Amino acid sequence: MSQYAAPLLEVRHVSKYFGSVIALKDISMEVRAGEVTCVLGDNGAGKSTLIKILSGVHPHDEGEFLIEGVKVRFTGPRDARSAGISVVFQDLATVPLMSIWRNFFLGSEPTVGFGLASKLDTRFAKRVMREEMQKMGIDVRDPNQPVGTLSGGERQAVAIARAVYFGAKVLILDEPTSALGVRQSGIVLKYVVQAKERGLGVIFITHNPHHAYPVGDRFVLLNRGRLVGKYMKQETTLAELTQMMAGGEELERLSKELEKMAVGPEMKQVAQEMAQEINRPGT
Amino acid sequence: MSVASKPVPTPRPVGAGDERVATVNVLVRLLQRPELGALIGAVAVFLLFATVDATPGHKFSSVAGMQNWTDAASTYGIMAVAVALLMIGGEFDLSAGVMIGTCGLLLGMLITRYDINVWLGIVVVLIFAGIIGAVNGILVVRTKLPSFIITLATFFVLRGVNVGVTLFITNQVRFDISDQAPGFASAQSVFGSTFLAPYNFQDAVLWWIAITAVATWVLTQTTFGNWIYAVGGDANAARAVGVPVARTKVILFMCTAMAAALVGIMVALRFKGIQTGQGVGQEFFFIIAAVVGGCLLTGGYGSAIGASIGALVIGFAQIGIIFAGWDSNWYFTFLGVILFVAVGVNTLVRRRAASARR
Repeated sequence: MSQYAAPLLEVRHVSKYFGSVIALKDISMEVRAGEVTCVLGDNGAGKSTLIKILSGVHPHDEGEFLIEGVKVRFTGPRDARSAGISVVFQDLATVPLMSIWRNFFLGSEPTVGFGLASKLDTRFAKRVMREEMQKMGIDVRDPNQPVGTLSGGERQAVAIARAVYFGAKVLILDEPTSALGVRQSGIVLKYVVQAKERGLGVIFITHNPHHAYPVGDRFVLLNRGRLVGKYMKQETTLAELTQMMAGGEELERLSKELEKMAVGPEMKQVAQEMAQEINRPGT
Repeated sequence: MSVASKPVPTPRPVGAGDERVATVNVLVRLLQRPELGALIGAVAVFLLFATVDATPGHKFSSVAGMQNWTDAASTYGIMAVAVALLMIGGEFDLSAGVMIGTCGLLLGMLITRYDINVWLGIVVVLIFAGIIGAVNGILVVRTKLPSFIITLATFFVLRGVNVGVTLFITNQVRFDISDQAPGFASAQSVFGSTFLAPYNFQDAVLWWIAITAVATWVLTQTTFGNWIYAVGGDANAARAVGVPVARTKVILFMCTAMAAALVGIMVALRFKGIQTGQGVGQEFFFIIAAVVGGCLLTGGYGSAIGASIGALVIGFAQIGIIFAGWDSNWYFTFLGVILFVAVGVNTLVRRRAASARR
């Protein structure tokens, strides 16, 4: 993948206003094929607004939106989908009571025959689903198994595999690890890397730098609707990311307050560890 | 757990298409079916009433008895299948019972007051039912109110209209249809006659079987069936992947109303008339049949065959209690108990099936 070719997706100085509220101001970022771009930010940083612009739900008010170097303006999610941008929402990924193969093809069912005789191509659907899941490193033994019996990480994998199969070039993962345990988060991160290795541009939205840093190539930091930093992986460290994300000064004040309030030795230790974490990037 | 993060090496038998499917325990697969609980229940109820049967020559387990309980079950079955699809789609229709009366009465009115051909009347009634169903569906989808409330309102509106309009026109609480009406004989032979001469099974039984077969095919083999499961299972997830949620639900409401119209037409033609109270109170029988057949009240799960078996159980109970010589009021109590047991068994079976796979 050439560094000089146009990025799969790029936004330049994009802003979004809701009435008098500035939801996003002057955001620029790019997503390249075979790379993971992490969008980091705390609650209210503007991550959801950014996803909605990228996926065509809201049009942007200022700035430019380019797909493979060509300026675009989406009028709806359908436009974004046909441009190869696919969003995997963590809570909307799948229908739990339906089987894996039914979920995989939901909304884009393959059929054989015409008119009243047209029926689902079950055999094809099961085979393709199994192949696509295999590519993600998951061996599905029973395609009829309800998705609800899968683990949270595997459910995300079904949604990712589905998006990839239906021609996604840019995959937006909205907080895919936020509701998961440590092990399941690890599994999802593995799928993120797999999608990237298959040549997709991945946008990984999260508020957890510990999940973003190991898999990300680029990092975009948002705070209160503004861009606070843009880094390549080699330009930054995990500690730096953590500090910037929460806003260094704020965290410092918080740790001081914690120390003051601390009654037991455990609380004191937590406060000290927090202080250490904040001071580390400076050294 | 049958999904592993790493491919699990399993010996592949020579010539087998895919050995992994075969590794799923047949028993577990059977337990996964929503119909299983209903089937076991139906066999148990049949055996019970075959045992307590007090008629000479054990009529309940004879072909003559079969004519009786299939007759009772058939109209419940036609409705239960439609209601089951609607319930899988995540909605209720409490107006399904009263619609039978409304549609039968409308047919009676069209034939007796406007002298139109019975066949034309049938077409008009089906279109009318489709419109009422669409109104139910659109109200539910637009207002986002529970369908329980919307269709309860429809139920009461129609219940009043049925009696009010009939009284106004005929000064009676029923419409009588003359068998001299144009097209009556041919229409009756399709909707309200019998087959298998010495035993005289009702035509409704054939309709019931056909509708169950079509509904099963739609549910399991078509794109629309996939959408029904999806809108009932998780409407937001379905919408996110492009399933037309509102359209799917409205169509299901229309199908339910049109199934009621079919039953109303059958009753009116078979008995050459229809009472204003026809069908009122039966809406819960349909829901009972669907739930006994494995439908989840929360939607997203169930089967048409299951609902049919549920209707059969109701037929067994209705006829069995008469044959046993019991007071027929116990019928309701019996159905209540059956409903309790069915919900219990279904929940248990589903949990078993789910846990057996981990």
